[in-house]
Amino acid sequence: MNRMLLKGGRVIDPLNSRDEVLDLLLADGKVAELGPALQLDPAAGRTIDVAGCWVTPGWIDMHTHLREPGQEYKETILSGAEAAAAGGFTGIACMANTKPVNDSAAVTGFIVEQASRAPVNVYPIGAVTVGLQGRRLAPMGEMAAAGAVAFSEDGRTVADTALYRRALEYAGSLDRIIICHCQDNYLFGQGVVHEGEIAAAFGFAGIPSLAEEVDIARCLLLAEYLELPVHIAHVSTRGAVALIAAARERGVRVSAEVTPHHLFLDHRAVVDLYYREDVEYARRSQLARFNTNSKMSPPLREPADVAALRAALAAGVIEVVASDHAPHEQTEKEVEYQYAPFGVIGLETTLPLMLRLVGEGLLTPAALVERMSVAPARLLSLRGKGSLAPGMDADLTVIDPEVDWVIEAAAFRSKSRNTPFDGWRVKGRTRLTIVGGRVVFAA
Amino acid sequence: MTAETMIMDERGIQMVLARMAYEILERHRHHEKDLVLVGIRTRGVFLAQRLQREFQRLAGLEVPLGVLDITLYRDDLSQATHHPVLEKTEIPFSLDGKVVILVDDVLYTGRTVRAAMDGLMDFGRPKAIRLLVLIDRGHRELPIMPDYVGRHVPSTPADKVKVRLREGDGYDAVTVVAGGRGE
Amino acid sequence: MEKKIFAHKDLLGIEGLSVADLELILDTAVSFKEISQRSIKKVPTLRGKTIINLFYEPSTRTRTSFEIAAKRLSADAINISAATSSVKKGETLADTVRNLQAMAPDIIVVRHACVGAPHLIASRIGARVVNAGDGANEHPSQCLLDLLTIREHKGRLADLRVAIIGDLAHSRVARSNMRAFAMLGIRTRVCAPPTMLPREMGVFPGVEVCRTPEEALREADVVMMLRIQLERQDDVLFPSLNEYARRYGLNRQRLALARDDAIVMHPGPMNRGVEITSEVADGSRSVIMDQVENGVAVRMAILYLLGGQAE
Repeated sequence: MNRMLLKGGRVIDPLNSRDEVLDLLLADGKVAELGPALQLDPAAGRTIDVAGCWVTPGWIDMHTHLREPGQEYKETILSGAEAAAAGGFTGIACMANTKPVNDSAAVTGFIVEQASRAPVNVYPIGAVTVGLQGRRLAPMGEMAAAGAVAFSEDGRTVADTALYRRALEYAGSLDRIIICHCQDNYLFGQGVVHEGEIAAAFGFAGIPSLAEEVDIARCLLLAEYLELPVHIAHVSTRGAVALIAAARERGVRVSAEVTPHHLFLDHRAVVDLYYREDVEYARRSQLARFNTNSKMSPPLREPADVAALRAALAAGVIEVVASDHAPHEQTEKEVEYQYAPFGVIGLETTLPLMLRLVGEGLLTPAALVERMSVAPARLLSLRGKGSLAPGMDADLTVIDPEVDWVIEAAAFRSKSRNTPFDGWRVKGRTRLTIVGGRVVFAA
Repeated sequence: MTAETMIMDERGIQMVLARMAYEILERHRHHEKDLVLVGIRTRGVFLAQRLQREFQRLAGLEVPLGVLDITLYRDDLSQATHHPVLEKTEIPFSLDGKVVILVDDVLYTGRTVRAAMDGLMDFGRPKAIRLLVLIDRGHRELPIMPDYVGRHVPSTPADKVKVRLREGDGYDAVTVVAGGRGE
Repeated sequence: MEKKIFAHKDLLGIEGLSVADLELILDTAVSFKEISQRSIKKVPTLRGKTIINLFYEPSTRTRTSFEIAAKRLSADAINISAATSSVKKGETLADTVRNLQAMAPDIIVVRHACVGAPHLIASRIGARVVNAGDGANEHPSQCLLDLLTIREHKGRLADLRVAIIGDLAHSRVARSNMRAFAMLGIRTRVCAPPTMLPREMGVFPGVEVCRTPEEALREADVVMMLRIQLERQDDVLFPSLNEYARRYGLNRQRLALARDDAIVMHPGPMNRGVEITSEVADGSRSVIMDQVENGVAVRMAILYLLGGQAE
């Protein structure tokens, strides 16, 4: 019998409407029992004192890029999973834009095989079209059978609307969602940063909000017409929030996610990475102006967009926070701003940033757990996840909400360092990450 | 407070300038038409202007006057983090075959005069360059000798010799501030 | 006397400079104009200094101007252009900077198609960096030579009306100038085809956007025409050169709307018959050649003011 007792933690389990100090007994990889003053014979297993900590169902990041196969110098499934464990995630879904693309059961199977040695659950997301080329449907059924939990063309859109319709219909028959990366390729063009005052002032080619909103409108219309679910990845504009809220209002089955960087930074970061006056920077080790860690797609938008995203997250219009963890090697990012690849990493910074939202009063601890665990488990149909009821999988994130620390990219488990949050003073950190009843990370 | 000793007042400066003007006229009496004055910015220019008036007054002689900014020829620029402000050089006539009376206020290490001579050479090939200074305080670092000196003022390197001229400072005076043991 | 210094390591843009900085550079440039009129057009000021002209975009005019400026100050000027360097072979900018560092340059003059490339170089090298144009962001030396030319012809900078007409979206010259004009209290009217006008012109204070070139030109003291990049036609930003010339080009009739003593400027190289007719470009109001001449003096001033110790 493999047992473990977590003593004295604040158990936050919104699915079961629970938020109280309880002991929690894990046995054989499952939640066994919750109650006050549980005891465990030391011979039967470990007892860990987690007084003062939050005990939540394991956090799930439904949007990451793990770069394996093909670009293992940026990240491997193992290094990404280790970063996830350190960041408090017990499960991560990885996008299909690897090399080769995850557009076949063979690649999906390879990822599942590699993931079997990883400390956290890794859920492959299959490509919608072969080679992400937007021409022929990828074998979604075979990939689903091999372990794909969802499908996405992330990094680009499916420009052909007829094909997009077929993809949604087909995925619907597999009970898998399609995660839509919404961007009109023509409006996006050669854009580098958000089309707004910063782009105008410094002569950057702009990425208009319209590029995202036009494509979201198309996806919503498809979902409405087909009466099928769509999930909108990394929403970044206030207009997109309004479109999603209105669609939800009229019964469209739409879900949406937002990234921590879109919740904490706006396009001013392009010209000054340290523009935020309400953030304490322990260190300013990075180039402040034109730092390529402020470059991502969708781009950092305007303060009004950040405000709308935060409000939508609080109201549940956006029900998931996902990191869009996009590792790039240092030398790839240390180039001309225009030539730098889009994307930043987030697995090891999301948890403290989300706790900051709780500290700011935007989210209650229960709402936080909804966004980080319950909703992604539901959207990806991950059985046994997102809840701490007896019999559920023993995937837990234990958080010390009081500890002050400094985000240090140099100390990341990830192979990459491309974060705009290096040097931020934050509060709250992963105490334990438990996957299948096993401690995979302990601070 | 360190004492500031008056070496020369307005009248003193006027007398030595007149005396030096006489000396120049005397020495160049057979080719006074070849004379040109070049003042080194800033106080050398004021002194040169006064000499120009002296030549006019004493001999009715019109001596052309040029202005030289030696900044671009200084040898200590690479040691300065930020460069001094550059002012215009104005030598609106050829120096070929001329006798240049180069005018400065204080002769000290000789480096300014070295730089000035380099500058003059870029404006042609003068027949001769003669050096006139109001004060020679010694401590040369280069082999440079003045041809006309208003006053020799023995000093230590720590001393400060200050020349003030009406045109820039509002009054005429030459003073020495004793350096003591470091300021 | 008030001691003025240029307290910047690099010259990356007009942004970040003060009015005093602008005036210092202009005043210094005035002093340098005299050297270009001497028979020996050379002073020893930067003897032994190494200046690298690192040009990632073809540019004859700006590069030559910087090269002449460097040589008149006795610096050793070395030209590296992207076509002849390892840049084409896939070397990153960071690699290039490391290689340059090993050559111990004192000043690096950079022209690059990407916004911020000079800033990146400046952050990684002790040498001083001069931005000779980064993408559509800034071209400070061009702006300064424009200011010098305007000041010479108008006797002042304050209270002037300037019209800027052309591709504002892609013009680094316009961005630097709009920044400087705002600092100096110059009233600026701009006109561009709507496809070449950023939506957020409000970021440039004091700039008034006009719908027609006629409106922008009215009562202007200075008319500044921007170069239209012919390849923009492929980006569908305007239908044809003919149509552009007809709607936005500067000709004699349009110029008549400006003040009688208005001067005409162009950063070059010109597309004659497109943004400006030859008649106007070569006419009595054109100060385009003065701009070129002032370019050398302004660049001498910049190199001189930066030319102290490398940090």
